[in-house]
Order: sequence, then C-alpha cells, then structure tokens
Amino acid sequence: MNPNLKDASISALVALGLFGPMIGLKTESGSIGLFLIPRPLALAAAVVAVFFGRLLLLTWRGQRPRGTQTNHKLAETIKRSGRFLTPALLTLAIVLPFISGRYGIDLGILVLTYVMLGWGLNIVVGLAGLLDLGYVAFYAVGAYSFALLAQTFGLGFWTCLPLAGLFAATWGVMLGFPVLRLRGDYLAIVTLAFGEIIRIVLLNAASITGGPNGISGIPRPTLFGLQFTAAGGHGSFTGFFESIGYPIEYSPTQRVAFLYYVILGLALLTNWVTLRLRRVALGRAWEALREDEVACRSLGINVTVTKLTAFAIGATFGGLAGAFFATRNAFISPESFTFIESAIVLAIVVLGGLGSQLGTALAAIVMIGGFEVFRDLADYRMLLFGLALVLIMVLRPRGLVSGRTPSVALGRRREISAELVAEGRG
Amino acid sequence: MAPLLKLTGVTAFYGAIQALKGVDLEVASGEIVTLIGANGAGKSTLMMTICGSPHARHGQIIYDGRDITALPTHEIMHMGLAQSPEGRRIFGRMTVHENLLMGAQVVGMRNYAATRDLVFGLFPRLKERLTQRGGTLSGGEQQMLAIGRALMSQPRLLLLDEPSLGLAPLVVRQIFGAIRQLNRETGLTVLLVEQNAFQALRLAHRGYVLVNGAVTMAGPGAELLARPEIRAAYLEGGH
Repeated sequence: MNPNLKDASISALVALGLFGPMIGLKTESGSIGLFLIPRPLALAAAVVAVFFGRLLLLTWRGQRPRGTQTNHKLAETIKRSGRFLTPALLTLAIVLPFISGRYGIDLGILVLTYVMLGWGLNIVVGLAGLLDLGYVAFYAVGAYSFALLAQTFGLGFWTCLPLAGLFAATWGVMLGFPVLRLRGDYLAIVTLAFGEIIRIVLLNAASITGGPNGISGIPRPTLFGLQFTAAGGHGSFTGFFESIGYPIEYSPTQRVAFLYYVILGLALLTNWVTLRLRRVALGRAWEALREDEVACRSLGINVTVTKLTAFAIGATFGGLAGAFFATRNAFISPESFTFIESAIVLAIVVLGGLGSQLGTALAAIVMIGGFEVFRDLADYRMLLFGLALVLIMVLRPRGLVSGRTPSVALGRRREISAELVAEGRG
Repeated sequence: MAPLLKLTGVTAFYGAIQALKGVDLEVASGEIVTLIGANGAGKSTLMMTICGSPHARHGQIIYDGRDITALPTHEIMHMGLAQSPEGRRIFGRMTVHENLLMGAQVVGMRNYAATRDLVFGLFPRLKERLTQRGGTLSGGEQQMLAIGRALMSQPRLLLLDEPSLGLAPLVVRQIFGAIRQLNRETGLTVLLVEQNAFQALRLAHRGYVLVNGAVTMAGPGAELLARPEIRAAYLEGGH
C-alpha cells in the first residue's frame, strides 16, 4: 500500500476515535433528562475531511524538493513591517475610543490587560528565562490588595495602584527565594503550585477576602478627583464641564473610554520600563542569565539578586494589572484567578516570541481578540481557536516575532537571522 | 614576595564524591602557571573551587593576601579574578558587543574603551564580528570571545579553563600566542588548565600535574616537559 495512503488511513482512524464521542454524539435535554442523539453523517464528514486533508498535505510535502527551508516569508514580513507596524498599532490604540463603539472599547480594555500581563511576564520568562506558570498569583495579589485597601481604609484607585504593585513585588520576592536553585521543569512546577496556593488561600481566608463570594463595590478610578457618575454635579466629570461652561451629556462610554486610557497608559509604562531595563546592566544580566547561568556566575553576576529582581519587577506589573482588573470589574472573586489565566498569558508570551515586545502585543491581539471574533461561530469557536494556535506553532515555532533585537546597536544593523542561532538552554 | 594566589590543602566534593584531595598550589604575580592532567583529574573542579562554586570543604585559598575560601562567587569575581570557563559558555543569542559588556559588568564602564581596544588588539576578529550574535561565531572565535569577555573585567589573575578544547591546531597556537603576549605586555597573571599538555607546558613558566584530585608533580614548564613519565602519560600515548 502507498505509504501516504496508509498514513492518511491511520490519521482517519485517530480522527474517528477522537471525534466519535465529540462529534458523533450529541446530548439533547428532553423531558426526563439528557439523551444522546447519534450523528453518523457529521462524524463521517469529519473523518473523510481528515483523511483527504492528510493525504493532500503528504502529497504536497512529497513534491517539495528535499531540504527546502521552511517558509520564512511571514517572519520577514513581520520583521520588515515592524518599523511601521509599531507606530501604526500605537496610533490605532490611541484613537480606538473615538472610532469604535462601547463593544470595541471593552474588547480593547480586555486585550490591553493581556498585553500588559504578557509584557510583565515577558520580563520573567522572555528576558530572564525563568519559566513561571503561576503568574496569575501576582495578578490576584494586585487585585485583592487594591480591593481590600479600598474597602478597609477607603483609599482611592490612584493611591492603591503603587501599593498594589509593591505588594505584588513583595510576593514576587517571596516566590523567588525558594526557587532560586530551580530551573526549567522544576521551577515551572513550583510556580504553578504557588499560583494555586494564592488562589486557595483567597478562597479559604473568607473572613478577610470574602471567600468564594469575593469582594464587590470596589471604587472606580477618578480623573484628577472627578468621578464618572450619571448624577453629575460637583466633583463629577460632567459637572466639571458644566462648571467651565461647556456642558456635555453624560454617557457610560466616557467612563469606559477613561478606563481604556488607564490600561493603555499602564501597558505602555510596562513596555517603556522593559525597553529601558534591557539597555542597562540589570536587563543585560537577565538575558545573560537566560543564556547561561554558570557563565554569569563566572563573570561576577550576583545571580540571586538578578533572579529576584526579575521576579519582583515582573510581579509588580502583574500587580498593577490586577489592581486595574479590580477597578474595572468593581467585583473580584478567586474564580478570576485560575490557572487558565496563567496559561493564557504564558501562551501569549510564547506565541509572540520569547522576549519580543511587538510579538507579545500581536499575540495578545490574536489570542484575546481572535477569541472574541470567533464568538459568532458558537460551537466551532474553540475548534478554530485551537487550529489557529497549532498553525502558528507549525509555521512559526519560535513565536510570531522570534528575532531578538540587540540592546546596543552600532550604526548599521548587521545581523543573522535568529533561526540560525542555537536556542538557549534551560 | 607573597604569591598572588595560594591554595593549601584544598579539598572539594560533589555530593559524596571527593574531587580534590588536598591540593597545594601557588601562583606568583606575573606568572603563567599551568595545571595539566587527564580527563576527570579534577582540573576544572579546582578552577571552580577557586571561584567558590563549589566551596572548598577543607583547606584555605588566599588571593592577594585575603582569605577567599568561604566568599560567595560574585564577591570573589569582584576582586580582580576573571574566569574563562570550560566549554566557552558565551551568550549565544547576544551580540559580541553585548558579551563584552557582560564581561565588564563587575567594573562598570571604567576604562571600558581602553580595555576593549586591548581585547581587539589581541583578537582583531572580535572587532569585525562586533554586531554578530555569539552563537554564529566559529569555535575559535567563540574562544577568543570567552577570553575577551573575561579580560573586560580588567583582572589581575586570569583563570583559563581548557581554551584549546575542540579547536584546530592553528587556532590553538593563535590563542596561546595571545596569552603569552598578554602576559609579557601587561604582566597579567594566568592560571591555565589544559589537557593539551605539550602546548601548555611550553607556554607556562611553571606547571602542576593533577592526578585523581591530587598534585603529583610540580616544577618549571620546561623541566616537566623533559620528564620521561610526563612524556609517557600526557605527550606520547596520552591522547
């Protein structure tokens, strides 16, 4: 038998096993509970599609001459377009509230929150090379510190924001200490556990955190002391415009647009800090640490301090994002800080290309935005989403933007594609 | 004059395995001293023990009149010691320039330009490859970068761990030439760990032979080179 045919048959068989229960059976709620409806036609269609899809792929591969390099066009395009893509994205981000409706702004806030989380985690994973699977812990610490400070002491968002960052940084150091000696898989397991511990503590320390009921009535941020309320009057956004003689109509979009600019500002702050840090000794030490810890030691780098600062600074931005999350939703509960959040943020960083700022932003747009765009496809949303992720990893195994930009450039940029450079260990 | 580096009765362990069994060794200021021995004799361990990773369990390591036996690695490396580790260990995804900057980290930007010019004088290839990523360099160039990176911290004592590893004879000669030049022109003290005993002994003023974690022979390089047991073990049938 033709090996291609054989391969395709095996694929079809695997598909049959996988899709048998997933597509072949449908649950329907009837008068006496759930009952199953078999859907043999849909199953057959899926299996046939896999068979011919695999066959086509194999034939196409067979016809390519041996040793053909994987297509690098996409990478080149992104790289070349990077110079104008960044300003274009930034412009779009700034004008978005003016050109889009409420839904667009809300989606923008969501995407930007993940962009910020991605950039924050990028410091730990992308630059310092420390695989952190519990990043959501710092997001939770930030959210809860703001919520509790606001509730207990009546402090406002802007007072609590730096405090939330500080608390998260403290927890970052606390996580950092026990894991100093760990690398790779072991580090990942401990950070994963750390994320879960924080969530479970929040869930069980009900007298402080409200347990599963969470905390509600978290104050909204103010614009130089002006509140966004429908009531208007003194001390409100609309009231201010009235007092200076330009009365404007109140609309909830004003508040949402303001929130949008807050998260945009926070995200850009994260990016700016990261870009600055990469150019100083500390940032370079992070990257060197990712490449080779032994060499770092032999060059007199204090590995302990370097790792702890990476954890602390990464955690700070997680905490800031958490405080923003709390103020935007006005309600938080441990349910918002599950492992899946860590996984999504990590996926954004990895898909974007470890260490790449632009890549992380693009990946956040693709992951979070794409997830929303596929909403109309209802049942097929997850399927398409998964397919998109697989495609990215097949076409761009090192992320959308895989090249590392040197932190010091001397005149002309002469560099060799990252594809040809061995991956860092660890 | 007191030696720049003095080891007395140094032992070191990896877990339960004793890698060094009481090593005595001295390096005087301005000397090139080589440490030769077979695979697994403990040469690299000795190098790492001087740097405090692992720490010596017994014995004493004195550098420049100070006891550094129990100091953490990063503090030792701030005292004018620099190491070019075994297997080069350059930062592959960072450029040559960034690698050199990493080497200068302990001294900051003091005399940066002058030191860099010294390194470029020794290894002009590095200047040509300045914007290239470390991982794309050839083996010899990577070794030059590893030595150059160590030199960026303006050390008084340079520890070189197997600089000839996996390199073509021509490149080895070039690198050893650079070490000799450096020692002559700047008076840099060098402790060189080598498997390539012939080249190392010809370069060094003095040599030590390490067997199973203990020093079995010591003496001037030329003298060791002439000893029949050295010839038999490391030069003729040794490799």
